[in-house]
Amino acid sequence: MSGKPKLHYFNGRGRMEPIRWLLAAAGVEFEESYLEKKEDLTKLQKDGSLLFQQVPMVEIDGMKLVQTRAIANYIATKYNLYGKDLKERALIDMYVEGMFDLNELLMSYGFQPADKKEQHFANMVDKATNRYFPVFEKVLKEHGKDFLVGNQLSRADVQLLEIILMAEECKPDILAKFPLLQSFKARISNIPTIKKFLQPGSQRKPPIREEDVPKVMKIFY
Amino acid sequence: MSGKPKLYYFDGRGKMESIRWLLAAAGVEFEEEFLETREQYEKLLQGGSLLFQQVPMVEIDGMRMVQTRAILSYLAAKYNLYGKDLKERALIDMYVGGTDDLMGFILMFPFLSAEDKEKQCAFIVQKATSRYFPVYEKVLKDHGQDFLVGNNFSWADVHLLEAILMVEEKKSDVLSGFPQLQAFKARISSIPTIKKFLEPGSQRKPVPDDKYVETVRRVLRMYYDLKAN
Repeated sequence: MSGKPKLHYFNGRGRMEPIRWLLAAAGVEFEESYLEKKEDLTKLQKDGSLLFQQVPMVEIDGMKLVQTRAIANYIATKYNLYGKDLKERALIDMYVEGMFDLNELLMSYGFQPADKKEQHFANMVDKATNRYFPVFEKVLKEHGKDFLVGNQLSRADVQLLEIILMAEECKPDILAKFPLLQSFKARISNIPTIKKFLQPGSQRKPPIREEDVPKVMKIFY
Repeated sequence: MSGKPKLYYFDGRGKMESIRWLLAAAGVEFEEEFLETREQYEKLLQGGSLLFQQVPMVEIDGMRMVQTRAILSYLAAKYNLYGKDLKERALIDMYVGGTDDLMGFILMFPFLSAEDKEKQCAFIVQKATSRYFPVYEKVLKDHGQDFLVGNNFSWADVHLLEAILMVEEKKSDVLSGFPQLQAFKARISSIPTIKKFLEPGSQRKPVPDDKYVETVRRVLRMYYDLKAN
């Protein structure tokens, strides 16, 4: 075992992407093992590596962690991205859970059938601009600091940058009404570990292409 | 402010029920305000009480907490039901993730069409007996202890008991292949705080009925049927 965390997933964003972001932000090198066909998933299921027969799965510190939140919570705590006390953690959790909900919408867009895409897109943009972004714009305004919670980088900041960038891929001017989110985006993108992750050649994954969807579906269904 | 946590939700299970269970298990008294009309909900919205315009919302320790998982994690940590270290917390998070997924299938059940309800019931039982229950059965068998994690009562135990009882409401003999879970159910049910919560007159909510579904639809203006898994 190399000592580095090892991620098991398909070669794409899905539910593993927030984990990649967290590890990258923390400056932690990690390896990846990609599921390419159904047999790859079946093998992992058969050898007892997947507690609930599902990925994401991350091998870390002698454990085979599953469940996206469990993995993210562990990494955030271990690398000091979870606030300084219970109250900061509560705020971080509230913000991150909201982002999770928006991420589900953004992440599943590529997998929608053709006749549902337009409605899904409209719903995504509506939720981003009317439900989620206004909240974080307001938090930044009232908190008046560089970060969403307390006075240091946390998983909330990392996750917010991630969804901002994903939302912009769908609608490039989506931050038009949110000046503080725009400066937040610039600021957090400049953090050295994150800047590195945003460069070509990093382990950041691109959005799923329409032609790759059937292949991914075959792995899981 | 009374000092007691105050829960804002419908008079029914939904996403708030796991929070009621955890508070009850911790022996914490709580108050509830039930949403019955659209006007009440709009009042909460306009007052800025709901961070993402959604319930559950819990007023606790000077905060208006939203997002079910955030609330549950806060309560678990505050009342010492989250394990003793990072590794135990990881196990608890994994186990709770599983029971959360399982209860999620049941959560949508009242909002399905009659035709989809039958399919979903079979789906729930199949997933419970082939994916989830075997995991917890094995965990208990392998370490032979009374509780799922660290030989200590935790959020994972409360959540699993809740899930077991909910699935049993769909199929009463669903635990027949799981002797460890049967013993677990009996054991956790007799913990005094939990025993009290299981008695009539507690704040535990009954199986959702048509009135509950009507109320949710009316308050949230959610007039479409959900899709079965």
